[in-house]
Amino acid sequence: MLRGFNRLFALMATALPAGTALAEDKAPERWGVNMPRGVTEVAQTTYDLHMLIFWICVAIGVLVFSVMFYSMWRHRKSKGYKAAQFHESTAVELVWTIIPTIILILMAIPATKTLYDIYDTEEADLDIMITGYQWKWKYDYLGSDVSFFSNLSTPRAQIDNQLPKTSNYLLEVDEPVVVPVGKKVRFLITANDVIHAWWVPDLAVKKDAIPGFVNEAWTRIEEPGIYRGQCAELCGKDHGFMPIVVKAVPQTEYDQWLEKRATEAAKMRELTEKTFTFDELFARGKEVYNRNCAACHQVNGQGVPPTFPAIAGSSVATGPMKAHLGIVVHGSEKNPAMQAFGPQLSEADIAAVITYQRNAFGNDMGDTVQPIDILNFKNNQQ
Amino acid sequence: MAHGPKPGLSRWLYTTNHKDIGTMYLWFSFAMFLLGGCMALVIRAELFEPGLQIVQPEFFNQMTTMHGLIMVFGAVMPAFVGLANWMIPMMIGAPDMALPRMNNWSFWILPFAFTMLASTLFMDGGAPNFGWTFYAPLSTEYAPPSVTFFIFSIHIMGASSIMGAINIIATILNMRAPGMTLMKMPLFVWTWLITAYLLIAVMPVLAGVVTMMLMDIHFGTSFFSAAGGGDPVLFQHVFWFFGHPEVYIMILPAFGVVSAIIPTFARKPLFGYSSMVYATASIAFLSFIVWAHHMFTVGMPIAGELFFMYATMLIAVPTGVKVFNWVTTMFRGSMTFETPMLFAVAFVILFTIGGFSGLMLAIAPADFQYHDTYFVVAHFHYVLVPGAIFSITAAVYYWLPKWTGNMYNETMGKVHFWLSFIGLNVTFFPMHFVGLAGMPRRIPDYALQFADFNQIASMGAFLFGASQLLFLFNVIRTIQGGKKASDEVWENPEGLEWTVPSPAPYHTFSTPPAVR
Repeated sequence: MLRGFNRLFALMATALPAGTALAEDKAPERWGVNMPRGVTEVAQTTYDLHMLIFWICVAIGVLVFSVMFYSMWRHRKSKGYKAAQFHESTAVELVWTIIPTIILILMAIPATKTLYDIYDTEEADLDIMITGYQWKWKYDYLGSDVSFFSNLSTPRAQIDNQLPKTSNYLLEVDEPVVVPVGKKVRFLITANDVIHAWWVPDLAVKKDAIPGFVNEAWTRIEEPGIYRGQCAELCGKDHGFMPIVVKAVPQTEYDQWLEKRATEAAKMRELTEKTFTFDELFARGKEVYNRNCAACHQVNGQGVPPTFPAIAGSSVATGPMKAHLGIVVHGSEKNPAMQAFGPQLSEADIAAVITYQRNAFGNDMGDTVQPIDILNFKNNQQ
Repeated sequence: MAHGPKPGLSRWLYTTNHKDIGTMYLWFSFAMFLLGGCMALVIRAELFEPGLQIVQPEFFNQMTTMHGLIMVFGAVMPAFVGLANWMIPMMIGAPDMALPRMNNWSFWILPFAFTMLASTLFMDGGAPNFGWTFYAPLSTEYAPPSVTFFIFSIHIMGASSIMGAINIIATILNMRAPGMTLMKMPLFVWTWLITAYLLIAVMPVLAGVVTMMLMDIHFGTSFFSAAGGGDPVLFQHVFWFFGHPEVYIMILPAFGVVSAIIPTFARKPLFGYSSMVYATASIAFLSFIVWAHHMFTVGMPIAGELFFMYATMLIAVPTGVKVFNWVTTMFRGSMTFETPMLFAVAFVILFTIGGFSGLMLAIAPADFQYHDTYFVVAHFHYVLVPGAIFSITAAVYYWLPKWTGNMYNETMGKVHFWLSFIGLNVTFFPMHFVGLAGMPRRIPDYALQFADFNQIASMGAFLFGASQLLFLFNVIRTIQGGKKASDEVWENPEGLEWTVPSPAPYHTFSTPPAVR
């Protein structure tokens, strides 16, 4: 009976016009009215629990409201109905205290079981450290060299309605988290600045990322695919622009990906030794700027004063190089909104973005800084 | 011997009369309701379509924050205090409130608090932008400079609420007419007595948490900063220890209002008076031990998670008792559906639906999915708009003839009801769907899959907002004149307030009335 209702409900949800559905990358359906059933055992248990409580509520609601509508229909003054005068019955009141209590106990049993399951983070096959930043996620694959930031990849022009919106609008990132299918993955979740929450509905994982704390969550994805979510705790102005994309792939594909990322990381370290031309730095810097700095300082470098000062004509970008390095690498003490980018970006990227900032937006400083200078700066400061 | 009010402005500035102060509270609250409502409409206008059209994310966050703060502290709470001022002395046969001069103060500091709060919109860096729950460290380390003004205005509102609560307790406990025992008091008086204790218990907690913020921001402490050895989660525990009872502060007096209206229009005594009192007290008690259900995802130990889940589920029992009692009061009554009754019936139905989603939210594993989504937004608007706002509206229609001596326009009242009812459901029902489908709350822009329901919700919001102007118009017309109301106004309602003339004289009960 209950299952039948569930199917009916699911049918209602899918019968309505659906978006384009790719085989692997399922674009979310429009007119969706319910939680996804999910792709992990925990997600499906949670979904069943949710539907169970829902239908119990519907049943109670139908019962109570029918009595109410019945008396509103039958017991009207306009129909000449004379009011009864009863106003107490201890027996009846006891019954409707005890029966709901029993129903609640019946609900609490499966809920408790599921909760124990969710809390069991022991014996994971793989640990991924997730760090929330304003407004991006960092993923560290513990026990390997692989570590990267994941930023929103929807172009600004789509957000500002200058380009048509694509199907995964606001739910796409430059670097998805890749995990192997069928393996227990433990997430260690923390934050660098404010509280964020890491949430992917299909995995039924939602956990707050809190500075100073490391929270645990886990998942075991059974089907390969791309699963999307978003930050779920108000974390400042770009809270709505902090998507999460999890890509579940077969083990062999995962191993290849991990190896490729490790090699790239090694190459990135080599770049630190290289000497770049001004044009190389400027071009690379523009890219880095738009990805990491434009959210606050704006693409045109005008900023949003007073919280996010302008780069154009700023005393930092047109002043001594050392101060500029300091604020980018270590962040600002006076204004915590300016993060320390030293640990977030490679030396090459920092060098490029500083060069860009000192030569764009009408800041005609004409100087450059090389990756090796950044490395030396970092080392001297430690 | 009865002397009337002073003429002119000084009547309102220096008044110690509970009716004048009640009136001022109600007008102030309505003004805040419109202001907070306009902010909600900015939010809904921006969310009408995906993409950023009308406001930038910074301002969007300021709007969500201010909307929440103004509605909670500026609209709902003062409205109930206004009703308490007007009705409690008249219901218990007292000549006035127990502490009339303090009463004047507790009202008059409110406009200053809210002027200060609203002025932050014009400050450098903008108004508070961290949500009405103002979680640290977003509200301490990353907040605009105006947060200091926000803290002071919270302090002032809190002082006002505490003074109001003390006054209400003193009035109820000391000034009842002879023969009015506690178990003979109207339920509205009972619910307010319990609410006043909640206020006294938790407003200092709120004052404490904002003072800790102030210390963190200006005096170098680290209560909430992990880098300084503090604990960001501590903020949430302290905040919700205030915040959860606060949601009952906004609903218990509503229970009292509805318990007065339904028997009147069902022409039948309230079913289960004493179980209503006990249920209210149980809800108030439980409200203190469930705060962490707002924080199921912060990473509590499983024992804590289970305790807060069970305690929260338990609230369904006394709340259920109340709903069953109202339904049974209607059962075999002789019902008519004047505007106050329409609002009261809608209250019972919609509040119950909000209660159901509340029960779903109590189930911790499912809450991991619902938490901080539009499902939560739908839930608390289903309890607060039909719960608090509808009951306040019902109360105004119910007692307006007593206050003014004139009947309001019934047709206009009914139109107001139906437009509000439709507007409310069109606005908030689709939010359940987008929430379940995965839309986080407090986002200024959203994925395409959420577009359709958001569009519907926005249209509902504008309908709901516009229909409140009809209410304003109706009330003003009633004050100006209209059909004279009889002393009893309705057919045989219960309570001392109906034994005095309509309009109620400026000073009532200079000699205590007889209580049956």
